[in-house]
Amino acid sequence: MENFGYLFAAYTIIFAVIFLYVVFIWRRQSRLEVELRSLEARLKDVREELKAREMTAQSRSAH
Amino acid sequence: MNKSLNLALGVLTAVLMVAAIYMVFVYVPTEADQGIVQRIFYFHVPCAWVAFGAFGLVAICGIFYLWLGSQIWDDLGYAAAETGMVFCTLVLVTGSIWAKPIWGTWWTWDSRLTTTLILWLLYGGYLLLRAMADDTPQVARFAAVVGIVAAADVPVVVVSVRLWRTIHPAVLVTREGGHGLEDPRMVATLLVGLAAFTALFVWLLILRLTTLRMRTRIAKLAGELNLAHAAAGDL
Repeated sequence: MENFGYLFAAYTIIFAVIFLYVVFIWRRQSRLEVELRSLEARLKDVREELKAREMTAQSRSAH
Repeated sequence: MNKSLNLALGVLTAVLMVAAIYMVFVYVPTEADQGIVQRIFYFHVPCAWVAFGAFGLVAICGIFYLWLGSQIWDDLGYAAAETGMVFCTLVLVTGSIWAKPIWGTWWTWDSRLTTTLILWLLYGGYLLLRAMADDTPQVARFAAVVGIVAAADVPVVVVSVRLWRTIHPAVLVTREGGHGLEDPRMVATLLVGLAAFTALFVWLLILRLTTLRMRTRIAKLAGELNLAHAAAGDL
């Protein structure tokens, strides 16, 4: 089993790097999902507010 | 992307990877000259295969982005460059670990090693450009050109062992024309390793592409939100 340490090191590094990269992607994806949902909710609120204001303005002009 | 398809690809990758690990550590015979450390080769070569494929994909995406201007090509190219960089780093690191007991040194300025390092530096520059600059169409076009030019080094890395004097083993196709794997079990192990890493690459690429598409959507929504706020202020 000469040089087993090199073999062990090589495979450990391969799996550690891949694992860390997957964790990096998943963490980023989770953060972006939260940001995306927050933006969608804010946009929905602003659009609803705009719609409500437009309707108020229309009803005022009708009167 | 469909979550169940993503899960299926993840499971396929895991199964292939377990099979590859079994073959590397149990099934394949130990190489006579190099001994146990030669087993690094069965993951080192697939890493190189995937890295070269990824950088080739960056160039193809760059061409399509410059031609069509569609954001998906830019996102796919960026995802491929980043994923390819991970595997190219693994190629250099595992090659260096193999070289120490076989050559007696961690690094030598051999043609294959040097051209691979140049490739790593070129795509390192590409990723640095993407990280430092704003996400504008101008930066995306510039990155596409860098990605295309850098990919020209891939065929140079591949043929370097035949073009120049080198101590790097030419395993897949030797200088005499045959392949360097005498035992069919070695060929089978390498093929399973290639399949496992190809599946892993596709899975990682899709994961990374999904985050980049989300980022693009966030930028679009932020623009819409600003417009909506401006409209609300006008009313």
